Amino acid sequence: MTEIFDIYLLEAVINGILFGGVLALLALGLNLIFGVIDVTWICYAELVMVGMYGMYFLVSVYHVPYWAAAPMCILLVAGMGALLHILVIQPLLSAPPINQLLATGGVLFFLQSFATVAFGIDFRNLGIQLPVLTFAEMNFSYSRLLSFAAALVGMIAVYIFMKRTYTGIAIRAIAQDRQIMALMGVDTRRIYLITSALGGALAGLASCLLVLQYDVHPFVGLSFGPITFLICVLGGLGNFVGGFVAAFVFAEIISLGGLFSDLEWGYVLAFGFFIIMMFVRPGGLLARRS
Amino acid sequence: MTLHWPWAWLAAAILIALPFVYRDPYHMHILILILIWSFAYTSWSMMGRFGLVSLGHGGFMGVGAYVTALLWNHLGLSPWIGIPVSLVCAGVLAVIVGYPCFRFRITGHYFVLVTLALSGIVLQIITASRDYTGGSLGFSPNRTKGSSLAALQFDDKITWYLIALGVWAVGLLIWHWVDRSMDRYALEAISEDEDAAAAAGVNVTWEKLKITVISALMTAFAGALYCQYQMFITPDTVSGISVSLQMVFAAVVGGLYVALGPTVGAIITILLAEILRIGFGTKAVGWDNLIYGVLLVLFIIFLPKGILGSTLARIRTWR
Repeated sequence: MTEIFDIYLLEAVINGILFGGVLALLALGLNLIFGVIDVTWICYAELVMVGMYGMYFLVSVYHVPYWAAAPMCILLVAGMGALLHILVIQPLLSAPPINQLLATGGVLFFLQSFATVAFGIDFRNLGIQLPVLTFAEMNFSYSRLLSFAAALVGMIAVYIFMKRTYTGIAIRAIAQDRQIMALMGVDTRRIYLITSALGGALAGLASCLLVLQYDVHPFVGLSFGPITFLICVLGGLGNFVGGFVAAFVFAEIISLGGLFSDLEWGYVLAFGFFIIMMFVRPGGLLARRS
Repeated sequence: MTLHWPWAWLAAAILIALPFVYRDPYHMHILILILIWSFAYTSWSMMGRFGLVSLGHGGFMGVGAYVTALLWNHLGLSPWIGIPVSLVCAGVLAVIVGYPCFRFRITGHYFVLVTLALSGIVLQIITASRDYTGGSLGFSPNRTKGSSLAALQFDDKITWYLIALGVWAVGLLIWHWVDRSMDRYALEAISEDEDAAAAAGVNVTWEKLKITVISALMTAFAGALYCQYQMFITPDTVSGISVSLQMVFAAVVGGLYVALGPTVGAIITILLAEILRIGFGTKAVGWDNLIYGVLLVLFIIFLPKGILGSTLARIRTWR
């Protein structure tokens, strides 16, 4: 009896790691935008929702193959990220930061209700059933493995971009000091726009992966949006490595909590853990103690 | 308070006399909703005006509504006991989340995100304990036969109108009281520069915690009142992120920094929703939020003081 239980436990742990990959991807996008532009996109999960709808329509309605639809979808969401920056954030750059955040809250409202008006509140899915991998009596769906792998590849690509290219170096430099970089001859407007598009592209990638596992509906963003924000705060806003670690910590808590009870209680447990961590490490998981 | 007291008394007399002169049930219903939501929006802007932007108020409202209703249905506790219990729950929740935030200087973005998560989690808890709360399908408090003071259930709209009016007026009084207190100056100093305020001898954590708890208690009370009036609540109408954002929207549109601003915001939002509902029927599902979203963005960009705030500022410069 105990052996079977252990297998379930191990399965939940591994599934948690696989789930953590996508969460880490979302946290990376949000952290990137916060670190560089000093803005929090409350509507980040809603961009993912738009991307998921994009995937649904491309694959199920227009019968574009999945591998061709995914890049189109990433481009679409990247474009939306850039558009969000131009239309909403740019006019507010000199306003108090809270105003920018609330304005993206308005965008959240807009996107949710736009999806409701345009597509209705039906749950839709791609209808793609990937096989299940059975290994040592444990079951893992290929969609999760694929998501994890793709999320890792996406994160490594961003890492290389940030380390090796001129634009990437400029982005990191701006994250360190906003004022000086403009004096150094870096076009901050351009860098902001590129960062927003990159953040959007990461949301687009996440949407391509999440659409394999979840049904699309206008409020799907609410099921992983709050948890992404918790991850970013726990990791320290703007701290890429902290966000990465926190994503896996949270994914494990949710996965293990879901093993013993409902999935919703996993989320509640994660929130409780978060509150405790705020007492212990208010500056984020990896912050140095002062 | 910008209104002079004689005018305030006159307005109060007119508002109290109104239901005895004019009693169309539908219009009374709209008025009651406006008053209850105005109270909720006022309680949000109690802390919102000091830069303490919380998206967790949907959570407090949900606690107020659900705790009261659950105690009534499952334990038979009258709302006269249930509402205080729910207020205590909301207050404790506010302290649990607020204290670490304020103690460890979690401000700005961080604070918004933490409170945002709070309202998300309250929604999850309500949905997860569906055996007791009915989950997403909603929840109705058990009805008594006819009106009952003990159960806080009244059939006629006039009683509800007067209750809502009274609560709304108390909300404005609390606003006024905070506005005239030393805490207001302390909180304004904190919102400008926390370190400087602390250096000047302001107990930053305590001041913030105080206003947060007041605001949370008022919001929870609004939730309980809404539940008692509507007799039907769902997780989405009283808790969650959309309710929090709705509060922000109404307060920002009406005007954060003036006492009647949230009330103006409530009038605009509820009338807009009703007009759309009557004009377009079920086709209008989602349209009101669509318009709110666009308006919220436009107001923050072009009119951050809100309608009433900007109008009053303009009148003042004319003089």
